[in-house]
Amino acid sequence: MTASATANTAGWRMKQPSIIPGFGLTLGFSLTYLSLIILIPVAGLLWRSAELGWSGFFAILTDERTLRALYVSFGTAFLAALVNVVFGTILAWVLTRYRFPGRRLIDAMVDLPFALPTAVAGIAFAALYAPNGWVGSLFMPFRIAFTPLGIVIALIFIGLPFVVRTVQPLMEEIDREVEEAAATLGANRFQTIFKVLLPGLTPAVLTGFALAFARGVGEYGSVIFIAGNIPYVSEIAPLLIVIRLEEFNYAGATAIATIMLLISFAMLLVINLIQAWSRRRYGNV
Amino acid sequence: MEVTINNIRKEFDKFAALNDVSLKIASGELIALLGPSGSGKTTLLRLIAGLDYPTAGQVFFGTEDASHSSVQERNVGFVFQHYALFRHMTVAQNIGFGLKIRPSATRPPKAEIRKRVSDLLDMVQLSGLENRYPNQLSGGQRQRVALARAMAIEPRILLLDEPFGALDAKVRKELRRWLREFHDRTGHTTVFVTHDQEEALELADRVVVMSQGKIEQVGSADDVYDRPQSPFVFSFIGESSHLPVDVRDGTVLFQGEPIGVSEGTNTVGDLFFRPEDVELTDDPHALFGKVTACRRLAGTRIAEIDIANNGHAPFHVEVEVPLHAPIELGSEARFRPTRWKIFPGQK
Repeated sequence: MTASATANTAGWRMKQPSIIPGFGLTLGFSLTYLSLIILIPVAGLLWRSAELGWSGFFAILTDERTLRALYVSFGTAFLAALVNVVFGTILAWVLTRYRFPGRRLIDAMVDLPFALPTAVAGIAFAALYAPNGWVGSLFMPFRIAFTPLGIVIALIFIGLPFVVRTVQPLMEEIDREVEEAAATLGANRFQTIFKVLLPGLTPAVLTGFALAFARGVGEYGSVIFIAGNIPYVSEIAPLLIVIRLEEFNYAGATAIATIMLLISFAMLLVINLIQAWSRRRYGNV
Repeated sequence: MEVTINNIRKEFDKFAALNDVSLKIASGELIALLGPSGSGKTTLLRLIAGLDYPTAGQVFFGTEDASHSSVQERNVGFVFQHYALFRHMTVAQNIGFGLKIRPSATRPPKAEIRKRVSDLLDMVQLSGLENRYPNQLSGGQRQRVALARAMAIEPRILLLDEPFGALDAKVRKELRRWLREFHDRTGHTTVFVTHDQEEALELADRVVVMSQGKIEQVGSADDVYDRPQSPFVFSFIGESSHLPVDVRDGTVLFQGEPIGVSEGTNTVGDLFFRPEDVELTDDPHALFGKVTACRRLAGTRIAEIDIANNGHAPFHVEVEVPLHAPIELGSEARFRPTRWKIFPGQK
């Protein structure tokens, strides 16, 4: 059998090298880089938590405090990402569709959460939403700071630019003709926006959601100032990890980290699959 | 539906894109708006659709003044150059969209929508593709989906904005013929915009030639080609050459010399003629110039001739010559227009 026949019958094979050189070099570099930055640390994490054995790992996983912390972390990140999807999309809409004085300023401000040290944001939020703070005092006796609601607010701040920056470019590409086509077919503004424009943005909105959510799950700096960190109530998983570390319980810390990692990975994988599905449907969006 | 456009004017920031345009479109007619870019043809189409509003003037649908109705109220079918399909919807969903979004009082039942969609798919010859997404279709197929979508709402008039502009030449020709058949079958009043004169002349019952926000001429393909009413139409449609002439005592003079062509009224203006309306001659009273190029064009040859102009840049004309005619590069050729038109104007 000739070489070409083998290649044709093989079920899986390397992509043929293209006319653009450097495939071997760039792939090698990517793998090395990925190993050093992501794979090896993650493997170390798994290795370290494996010291506990299944029963020890399981004990930590089912520990009430761990479960509550995971619940708070993922629950608040999920809520914050949801809120960001709605308001981030509206904000992106305003920034792309209208021209008004101060638009550039607002556009620049969206990126602030990227640049600001998150602890600074956390302290500011805590001061503002505390029961005796400017905003917090208005809502008394309802408490915002030092409850999971405070965490959600901090995470909304952290995650906002992810949604805005992923949705914005796609929104800018929306063809005026598509809107006009909807209008000639009898659609009013409301129908045009909700049946034509927004569904087309689904993949970008999903990406924004995934990024904001992932960022929210891992957020530490801003949350610990506003959360109050009450065990079983407003204690987030990353904080619990730090607490375990301070107790020199490295295995315990890595075990919680491993659980977080697995849940995050599973959720991101699902979101990616949804995206891939919608991309196949709608073409390259 | 008969459409009447009365003295329409449209300004964009003080720039008049349309200037006092009036046009009557008969029911069932297929009309082409033809002109170079910037002539206002697309603006006129959008004003009929209600996608823009005129600065002054009215649009009548039948006897109803539609000038101030919204695009939704006008119930027109509009097909865009770049299809403007909804890419998150299947072909069937795209076509059914206009019916599905109607308020429940006027919305047909689901089964009927489905039936209409499948009828339309038949009509545009895309049956079997109803569950595809637009990005899985070719350009020609997309444009036919766009047409089916526009037809689904039973529009009073069908408007097409450069419908074949984004397609390659072969598909364009096919779709052109197909649109003509489609129109003959459905009998919808149809207006389409194009900058391609071949398309306009071949397809339309009447051609509206536009330039700089004005209508230059309205007429059948024969009218605008054989009897152009303005220098613009003469030079925009088909090939033509022109020379500055005087008419004195019934004789046309070029550079003060008779050229063997006569005309009734005395005037000063431009003599227009087409390459095919020229005969080669030995007569001393004829135009003559140097052949600078000669190219084969399907069944004939086109000679490019430079006529000397007292040291200024020479006049450049193109004439059709028989394949066997003894024309050589650099030689002198004598010729005389057999059909021509003189438009008065400054010399």
